Amino acid sequence: MAQVERQQWDVVVVGAGGAGLRAAIEARERGARTAVICKSLFGKAHTVMAEGGIAASMGNVNDGDNWQVHFRDTMRGGKFLNQWRMAELHAKEAPDRVWELETWGALFDRTPDGRISQRNFGGHEYPRLAHVGDRTGLELIRTLQQKIVALQQEDFKEHGDYEARLKVFQECTVTRVLKEGQRVSGTFCYERESGRFFVLEAPAVVLATGGIGKSFKTTSNSWEYTGDGHALALLAGAPLLNMEFVQFHPTGMVWPPSVKGILVTESVRGDGGVLRNSEGKRFMFDYVPDVFKEKYAESEEEGDRWYEDPDHNRRPPELLPRDEVARAINSEVKAGRGSPHGGVFLDVSTRMPAEKIKRRLPSMYHQFKELADVDITAEPMEVGPTCHYVMGGIAVDSETAATVGVPGLFAAGEVAGGMHGSNRLGGNSLSDLLVFGRRAGLHAAEYAARGASPTGRPAVSQAEIDAAAAEALAPFHAAEGAENPYTLHQELQTTMNDLVGIIRREGEMAEALERLAALRVRAARAGVEGHRQFNPGWHLALDLRNMLLVSECVARAALERTESRGGHTREDCPAMERTWRPVNLLCRPVDPVPADPAADRIELVRTRTEPIRPDLLALFEKEELVKYLAEEELYE
Amino acid sequence: MSTYDASFRVWRGDAEGGELRDFTVEVHDGEVVLDIVHRLQATQASDLAVRWNCKAGKCGSCSAEVNGRPRLMCMTRMSTFERTETITITPLRAFPVVRDLVTDVSFNYQKAREVPAFVPPEGVAPGAYRMQQIDVERSQEFRKCIECFLCQDTCHVVRDHEENKGAFAGPRFLMRVAELDMHPLDAASDAGLDRKRTAQEEHGLGYCNITKCCTEVCPEGIKITDNALIPLKERAVDRKYDPLVWLGSKIGRRKG
Repeated sequence: MAQVERQQWDVVVVGAGGAGLRAAIEARERGARTAVICKSLFGKAHTVMAEGGIAASMGNVNDGDNWQVHFRDTMRGGKFLNQWRMAELHAKEAPDRVWELETWGALFDRTPDGRISQRNFGGHEYPRLAHVGDRTGLELIRTLQQKIVALQQEDFKEHGDYEARLKVFQECTVTRVLKEGQRVSGTFCYERESGRFFVLEAPAVVLATGGIGKSFKTTSNSWEYTGDGHALALLAGAPLLNMEFVQFHPTGMVWPPSVKGILVTESVRGDGGVLRNSEGKRFMFDYVPDVFKEKYAESEEEGDRWYEDPDHNRRPPELLPRDEVARAINSEVKAGRGSPHGGVFLDVSTRMPAEKIKRRLPSMYHQFKELADVDITAEPMEVGPTCHYVMGGIAVDSETAATVGVPGLFAAGEVAGGMHGSNRLGGNSLSDLLVFGRRAGLHAAEYAARGASPTGRPAVSQAEIDAAAAEALAPFHAAEGAENPYTLHQELQTTMNDLVGIIRREGEMAEALERLAALRVRAARAGVEGHRQFNPGWHLALDLRNMLLVSECVARAALERTESRGGHTREDCPAMERTWRPVNLLCRPVDPVPADPAADRIELVRTRTEPIRPDLLALFEKEELVKYLAEEELYE
Repeated sequence: MSTYDASFRVWRGDAEGGELRDFTVEVHDGEVVLDIVHRLQATQASDLAVRWNCKAGKCGSCSAEVNGRPRLMCMTRMSTFERTETITITPLRAFPVVRDLVTDVSFNYQKAREVPAFVPPEGVAPGAYRMQQIDVERSQEFRKCIECFLCQDTCHVVRDHEENKGAFAGPRFLMRVAELDMHPLDAASDAGLDRKRTAQEEHGLGYCNITKCCTEVCPEGIKITDNALIPLKERAVDRKYDPLVWLGSKIGRRKG
């Protein structure tokens, strides 16, 4: 029997990025005693890497902007598969969430009249992204971190204890969401530093763990992005939604090899950077798809004029949504028109003087100078697609962020699905974190307050703790011939990158599923050296379970969806099919869990999307809707 | 692409003690020290403890001392060393070792809590904040800080003087005080909080004798000493010795 420390909280938030911290702030302000638990140090979450900005239709730079325009852009970007109520709430609430950050001390770049400056970005009709140079994510995370500290200072004054009502358990990992019956009862965790197990008992748990990029070889994501929340939800019985949609950001570094995949912000293009192939041609003009034809410039001259006079010219096609640009770059490289290291050229040096580039894109300047010996104020960068974001995620209720079928379990941020449909617009992630982080915290706190009475709190059973402890310790008991977790991880990354990557084919995805099954068998024998104190090999061995589970979801859903849409491109089914528009693919755990590790863990269920509310549909021209909606939807 | 074998000495151990261990590792073109540490984990020492996150110089996790200099391992390129050179990696010296290259940095989180938060101006609604770019730029420079704590590690006030840690917030958090003091809309003084005075009296600004070691190691290139600490000292001194200010602080501000 595992003797572990138990602590009681009202709300446990798993993850301390933008969504997790915003959820924790809200839950604590609503009176819930709130614990945040995160794998890294407080303030290091992947949100710090967000560069371009936060999308919110404040209309500070172009007063034509409003929530309806933002909603339209978001739906178009997601190819109408977005959970429309989320897209609506997001567009409506984003400005308040940004302004609120200022009251907590954030310092955004300013317009000449002293308001928050907003910049252009792909897929956004107006300059919409509030920003701080190209380090907006850092500003967001630091502001939220400092707001948490401010709340702790209040608690210190009142209770003499900084952590009386809000505590951050940093460098701790959750391996299981615990339940009594159907209801959430807490989380099973280990402290990375000591390897010690502990249980946080709570009636409400918010998953805010971010994405899955570490299952792919070329990625802009940090080590933490191992799909933990996705897997925790599945293991607790909550389904995932549309996991086939994975965003490959068009511009990652391609050279040197050790930095391949590191993000090059879309702001480079928003601020006037152009994409050229090895022949010097601005190839994006050849890749404007029909649905966007009327909205983008047809000549370089028009595109160039747009930067000065956006009201009378159309935007250049470098600012198409990310899925379009990533596919175009991929095609150019395949056609033999790539740069020396297998990317294309991105050049901002001819658009702006060196000093302005250094001011507007300081970390890009620094990153290329330090890591690649490239001076972006004088020469082009080499860039290519990199796995960046997963649109799919835990199925949630739009209003409350509650998961499906597991009372007490909530999800927000990248780990939640629906908001972005099949493709996310740049800048819509940071706003998503704030809007739905707040909603998750709010509803988790309310749920916890209700759940505390009259039936009492759900209990955590010793049997569940023992099972979770045994699972976590298994890598130390691997028999002879144990598998190296690092090797397994590399093979998984190669499999997903090569077989379920940016361009997909039926045969390759089927092969990926076979390889994943073989990897599951080997992962069951993953073994580690040393002891439990800060042992990265052990941590990786435990994260592998999550990556394998989530990768199976991606591959299975991608094989099922026989069309191309947003972040899911099939060479064998190249067209977007209107008949697929109203179809959601849900990944459910096979129940009971099969004993054979090679057996499928995930089954797919098709559900129909909720009809889009008529007043929201009325925001679009009929001619545009015809391009997206299924025949029967047009007459509903 | 050229590949060679490099000699590394990596400190391994825990709070009880440890030693430098020798490794020979393959190095490829364009790699950074963190790549080499990862290769060590994958091939020779799976339990080698190290912190890292973004591997792009943005999160400030992979701080260590490379050949005795506080550095981010992800931003230290192998090409800056001779191929024959033995490269030594040790944990940050100013903080207690947890294991291998991981140190206990909780000192910094304690100090963060001791700096009173931003005070929003009363009567200004969200959305109504107006500030000029030129006025926010000074504090924005300090908000570039990625909290790698290299400045805290190198600062001689605490580097070999454990006894000073109680009274001294360190460059990072004195810079935080300066940032708030220079924030165009911080209303701390209206709330009865004199940030300049507290810098001196509560966060140990007086210990700093502007040797600029912090500025030298800052991977973000923030002019910590020149732009944060010296101006803060000047303003704190003005307060302390200016008789009119002194008198004003004694009789209190009239509120209308």
